[in-house]
Amino acid sequence: MSSQPEYLNRLLGEIVKEDREMALMEVCGTHTMAIAKSGLRNLLPPNLKLLSGPGCPVCVTAQGDIDAVIELAVKPGIIMVTFGDMMRVPGTTSSLQEARSQGADIRVAYSPLDALAIAQRNPDKEVVFLGIGFETTAPAVAICADQARNLGLKNFSVFSLHKVVPPALEVIFSMPDMKIDGLICPGHVSVVIGLEPYEKLVEKYHRPCVVTGFETQDILEGVYMLIRQIRQGEARAEIQYTRVVKSGGNPAAQKILEEVFEPSDARWRGIGNIPNSGLAFRPEYGIFDARKRFDIMDREDIPIKGCACGEVLTGKITPQDCALFGRACTPLKPIGPCMVSHEGACAAYYRYPPPSPSKKG
Amino acid sequence: MNSRVLMAHGSGGLMSQQLVDEVFRSIWSNQYLDAALDGAQMILPPGKVAMSTDSFVITPIFFPGGDIGKLSICGTVNDLVACGAKPMYLSVGLIIEEGFLLSDLKKIADSMAQTAAEVGIQIVTGDTKVVERGSADGIFINTTGIGVISEAIDYTPRQIKVGDYIIATGNIGDHGLAILAQREGLQFSTPVVSDCAPLYKLGESLLGFPGEVRCMRDPTRGGMATVLNELAQQSALGMMVKESSIPVSSVVKGACDMLGMDPMYMANEGKMIVIVGPKRIDEIMEELKKAPYCQNAAVVGRVAAEPAGMVLVETELGAQRIMGMLEGEHLPRIC
Repeated sequence: MSSQPEYLNRLLGEIVKEDREMALMEVCGTHTMAIAKSGLRNLLPPNLKLLSGPGCPVCVTAQGDIDAVIELAVKPGIIMVTFGDMMRVPGTTSSLQEARSQGADIRVAYSPLDALAIAQRNPDKEVVFLGIGFETTAPAVAICADQARNLGLKNFSVFSLHKVVPPALEVIFSMPDMKIDGLICPGHVSVVIGLEPYEKLVEKYHRPCVVTGFETQDILEGVYMLIRQIRQGEARAEIQYTRVVKSGGNPAAQKILEEVFEPSDARWRGIGNIPNSGLAFRPEYGIFDARKRFDIMDREDIPIKGCACGEVLTGKITPQDCALFGRACTPLKPIGPCMVSHEGACAAYYRYPPPSPSKKG
Repeated sequence: MNSRVLMAHGSGGLMSQQLVDEVFRSIWSNQYLDAALDGAQMILPPGKVAMSTDSFVITPIFFPGGDIGKLSICGTVNDLVACGAKPMYLSVGLIIEEGFLLSDLKKIADSMAQTAAEVGIQIVTGDTKVVERGSADGIFINTTGIGVISEAIDYTPRQIKVGDYIIATGNIGDHGLAILAQREGLQFSTPVVSDCAPLYKLGESLLGFPGEVRCMRDPTRGGMATVLNELAQQSALGMMVKESSIPVSSVVKGACDMLGMDPMYMANEGKMIVIVGPKRIDEIMEELKKAPYCQNAAVVGRVAAEPAGMVLVETELGAQRIMGMLEGEHLPRIC
């Protein structure tokens, strides 16, 4: 989309006119990064707050799950294949990056299909794909499992840390100290799930939800649509990102997800266990479940001392409120996952800081 | 001749001589190299001497838009150009892994010869070493270049003044993305090609504006953001950049959005960041755009007194944010 300065300015003008206290949550990490990059937060009046939500898959992965992954990765005969973001996430004692430097065979891929190819090339090794992500990435992993079954691959499995978004939002909305007036909902996730899950949320919690795209103009439109609903005392689920999202989502992607995975309990950093928020393999695909294949027990979540990623992920605080932010915890030496992931709220606030207040006009 | 490089090719004996004669001397030939002395002996024209060295360890060795050979000439030539020098002579040191394909070595030597010929720079001395398999990754190249700077030219951050213009000489981020795409097997609807190019003509075209061209730097590793931060710190002035003015191709922008990268931090191998005074800005832009590889040159910002030592970006919303230095490793071994 080309930038249209006049239109953007008009939209922004409408938004900053709002004088009521309002807190909107951008659920998705990609939104957090795009908002930080656009500098939008610096232009909003203090009564309008944009809070980051639990929509960065790396950030919400529980500490115990990261520890279990690292423990599996260092076993002999294993090739662990992962998206790059997971490499630097600190576990309790180590990270995948450190495990690799000590000899573990861990490879970075851009698609789960790469892991299938690695499994075919290394029949004498066990290839484990670290499945991480929401409804957006899970269908590709489901397709992989399906292909592995068709190919009869016996040395391929997936460590599924996949999660689905709506149950986490429901938990946030039911928190007693919740002060969120509306949700900027992730466009990519809705490409798959559509609008229906948000309609249910709106019905139950009476907070507007707008499925929004990722360009600056999309975000301004999404924020404006939310403010307009709140001003008028309405609460509906709407789509701003109509050029990509259909209200029914993508039925083919929903079907393959349904075929391969079933809902399971999943632990979220900062939130804890959420029923039906994870994706586990159905029994027919059980042979691809790395947890079963390698007998992986659930691990305790050992909190990182001083790290407030959990509060950041639930919109209770912003990254600068964390005592470690920018001091002990930086992208070079991250302490919590929100500083590691390129979608993490802390990384976004650190990478795209506003000019210091004294310099502001 | 064997089809792969053997340890014996680095022994200094007959096979070494054969390798040098067949692969390098025939195509790099010039009076200084052909003299085959222990060191090349040249007479330089009057002026200051500029000297720059760079080592190239890129993987993959062949990539869309170039190869390690072309890159090794462009990298050093562009460093000399950034000093305001006319590039003249080059030394080449090669470290080759045992088992490297001779046909690939010839391709690399050819592409070095072609690029050197385009620039008019002469390879006057060289060295070849072969190391055991596993001790290097294919081939590493070092080049050192000498050029001459005329007395009127003084490109340093000290010359930068408040009100100067910041110019990017073309689309940024192409090299970094091309290498990433090639390495990881990523495919885009429009192929991404490295911008690897020797910018000697750009250098020549700016020599006509002594005093007005304040400073020049090539934004390789760390990209444009890193160069601007260095210039801001060294000049103790502020660099104010307008995001919408920065030339970025749509494929690089789209891919960076998808991969969570920022084109401002991606490497370039055929671009310059040029700081020029306001007096002759229109003439300078006109000249620049005529130079090869610079058609998309654009003014991307101005120099300000405050905030000293920092780079500020104005976003399309009109908000300002800080553009910091690169944290950690963006992509290893890109040059």
